[in-house]
Amino acid sequence: MTTVFDPSAAAGRATDAILHDTLHGTARGVVVDSPPGAGKSTLVVRAALELAEAGHPLMVVAQTNAQVDDLVLRLAEKNPELPVGRLHSSDADPYDKALDDLGNVRKSAKAADLAGLAVVISTAAKWGHVKVDEPWRHAIVDEAYQMRSDALLAVAGLFERALFVGDPGQLDPFSIVGSEQWAGLAYDPSASAVTTLLAHNPDLPQHRLPVSWRLPASAAPLVSDAFYPYTPFRSGTGPGDRGLSFAVPSDGSGPDRVIDEAAVSGWGLLELPARHTPRTDPEAVRAVATVVRRLLDRGGAATSERSPDPSPLTADRVAVGTAHRDQAAAVRAALSELGVTDVVVDTANRLQGREYDVTVVLHPLSGRPDATAFHLETGRLCVLASRHRHACIVVCRAGVSDLLDDYPSTEPVQLGTVVKFPDGWEANHAVLAHLAEHRVPWRP
Amino acid sequence: MSLISTLARLEAVSTGRAQPAATVRHRHLSGRPLVFVPLITAGEAGAPLGALVGTDPDAPRLLAVPQPRDRDLRFAFLAELADVVLPYVDAHAEVVEAAERTETDPETGKRVKVEVDLCADAPQLIVPSRAGIDLVRLLGRSTRFRRTAEQDPEAPYPAPPRVPLLGRWLTHFGERARVPGSSLLLAMTDVLGRHWATGQSTLEDQHLGALLAWIDPPEGASGAEAALRAELERDERGQLTCPPAGPATDPAFDNKLLAPAIERYDRARTALASAEDGLQADDRFGVLTAAEREIRDLVLSRTRPTWDAVWRGLDLLRELPEGAHVEERWTRDRWSFTGHRDRVLAGEPPQPRRDDAVTAANKLATREREQARLEAQEALDDPLVMAGRRLSGEAFAGEVTDVVMAYSEGKRPSPRPLVTIRTDDRPHLGERTKVYRSLGGKPQSAEFVADEEDGAYVVLRVLDKMGRGKEPEPGSVPEKGDRVCFTLFEHEQRGGAKLPDPEETPWTHGGPPGEATLETADPVTEEDLL
Repeated sequence: MTTVFDPSAAAGRATDAILHDTLHGTARGVVVDSPPGAGKSTLVVRAALELAEAGHPLMVVAQTNAQVDDLVLRLAEKNPELPVGRLHSSDADPYDKALDDLGNVRKSAKAADLAGLAVVISTAAKWGHVKVDEPWRHAIVDEAYQMRSDALLAVAGLFERALFVGDPGQLDPFSIVGSEQWAGLAYDPSASAVTTLLAHNPDLPQHRLPVSWRLPASAAPLVSDAFYPYTPFRSGTGPGDRGLSFAVPSDGSGPDRVIDEAAVSGWGLLELPARHTPRTDPEAVRAVATVVRRLLDRGGAATSERSPDPSPLTADRVAVGTAHRDQAAAVRAALSELGVTDVVVDTANRLQGREYDVTVVLHPLSGRPDATAFHLETGRLCVLASRHRHACIVVCRAGVSDLLDDYPSTEPVQLGTVVKFPDGWEANHAVLAHLAEHRVPWRP
Repeated sequence: MSLISTLARLEAVSTGRAQPAATVRHRHLSGRPLVFVPLITAGEAGAPLGALVGTDPDAPRLLAVPQPRDRDLRFAFLAELADVVLPYVDAHAEVVEAAERTETDPETGKRVKVEVDLCADAPQLIVPSRAGIDLVRLLGRSTRFRRTAEQDPEAPYPAPPRVPLLGRWLTHFGERARVPGSSLLLAMTDVLGRHWATGQSTLEDQHLGALLAWIDPPEGASGAEAALRAELERDERGQLTCPPAGPATDPAFDNKLLAPAIERYDRARTALASAEDGLQADDRFGVLTAAEREIRDLVLSRTRPTWDAVWRGLDLLRELPEGAHVEERWTRDRWSFTGHRDRVLAGEPPQPRRDDAVTAANKLATREREQARLEAQEALDDPLVMAGRRLSGEAFAGEVTDVVMAYSEGKRPSPRPLVTIRTDDRPHLGERTKVYRSLGGKPQSAEFVADEEDGAYVVLRVLDKMGRGKEPEPGSVPEKGDRVCFTLFEHEQRGGAKLPDPEETPWTHGGPPGEATLETADPVTEEDLL
């Protein structure tokens, strides 16, 4: 008998099990792995509400101020009555002004001012400065795979038990100085918080969310195979559930053809001639900007399960992802020359957790003479290839597979460290092999 | 590699000479550094073959191990090394000045100022290359847990007195060298590479001879030619005329010269042991002494060129004026030195093999802070470094073209003047990006308001350091016509989160590490014995 995969039911079962372990389990920690767009934030909000409603005072640790503000807004949306504390830094403009409109949100730079509130939320950096006599009974640590082990060390004394939620496939935390000295130690301060947590507490219950609601049916299999080979996930929507169409027909140029390819298949590779270039490769940057310009000019409309009517593909639904900040700056400059100002252009690091209809990606290895660990990092490519709901267009110089073959990974093997699979080499090849089927060669 | 260093390297290739990468010296150089040029034996990690060590360029002390696999000879080498290093360290430990330090009062838990000793100067160890730093660490690691006969009469292979102490100091030097900007232990190739850009790769820059050839080529030769010669030129015996800076030696030297010499030494030793009478023993002892002398000469012939190269590097570096913040960073080195001196005096055990969770996290946090501080200070001290940051969009310089007085809203309006700067730089400024400039050594912050004429003019709102009054204090606001330089990076680093004490290590990190146990040296295995 074959059973039809019901994504909602599968996701619901996973969520129920997580909430059961969190509310009624005996383990001090619960770890939840969430692939891109699998409803991680929804889970965090729901767990926070259920814990708060059960009368357990709760602290929430997120990694950036934007994430904290976003969580506060989502909590207030679900339950406007819930007393929430936003612990913030003492800098100027420490939090989103939208929080000022929420009646039940108290904001302070001192933890003592927020004592007794049902939920108190802040960044790991701020929590690190908080002192308490009585630890919180419960905590939720969001984006735990992007939190460094030493940041967890600074805050772990504040709570008795915690729910750790995060995406293991995204960018690992990094340090700006070498930390080889501690490689292989269970508490390597530069490792991710979850790595350290599980090394010391291997028996903690671990769950994962099985369905990506963001990625379309065209993207989930590739992202799952390339970046999550041992913990596969599915898309929540089927092949026909999403569509992208354009009112203006193609003018036959490379950018238009790649847009059409991506609209049909979900992926497009605009391949420029092989060449070694500086990081801010002017041709590739211009190609990225031209693709964005055409995306907006051609009157795109996106249909999805969210509404029966197509929604227009506007500038705020498109994003450009790069590996380096100077590349992002160059793309921004090229876009403003073409009169596009409100499309988000950012690095993989800053695009983590964001969602768009269409993304245009400058491939991290495009035009490079070498493949360094930075450019090969699996998480970087994973973030760039998993931000979209409809289509992802990659702009790249030809010859990256040769580059990968010329530069097998040469990172020193450290005793005692867990080797992370898949390695960047493997993941890059998997993605390139798939993109090759949607290749549009173009000579700008 | 940043754009400016790529440009400098290209320029070095086209001109045939290394190009300056700095206009001031960014590392402290002691007036009397201890230079240490070690060699190790191929095939056995951490088996010293010999070294030149000392503070006088004309009178290095030669140490040699005629049979590197002999543990007694190895200990003798380390004991001799201790005789040079420890008096040098002690000389610095004795001269102190009074200083203040903030400590937590154990009774009240308050932060209070206490008066403590701070060593007036710290020792400085200089090795030729980065691999030399690794060897210093390795020697420290292999000796600090050794027990002397006095400490443990039962020890099967007691270490000579002072060798464990040498290990603790070498460990401290090696560990401090991981802190960005520290100068307690420096590798000459690293320091030269910081101050000059050559026309070769950074990997090739690890060859001290080649690096110096680029920076200071002999008369009439280009840097590239001289560097190639330094790397490859061999004499009639097939030996490199510029031996590698070590600690590893050239295989041709090992095979053709060293191995036969060691074999002769071994044979002479066996012969001496089997001497049947005093006369024969005298003769054979003479042969042994000659064999030993031969090895000493070989070690000297490989280390002396490197020794001279290190001192030449020091001379080149001393020609550069010291950067303004170097003294401040050296003071932190002095604190680090004083702290370790106090731990040794207090009879604390040697540094553990592995850091506990809290120590590791604290060290990482310190080093990250020092790295950020170093990058900011080097840019502030050196217009050439700042030029690199400007080129990458992290800073901008220009002339003030307009100042408009404005005030903050609120009950007590404070000055928030708007300053317009004409600049040729293209900084990555976004909405309300914070920028900083140095005002009397302290950072003054401003925020980005707008740019005009496609980035040629940048308008900033100055935010602080203008005093408490309604009108800004004189000199605190840039004036029309002033040249100013603002950075997008902060000049000073904030302290990180306070970590728990090691005995309070939380469950996520394995809980408290438990009672400290006295660590012992690695057990002796069969391979250790000759």
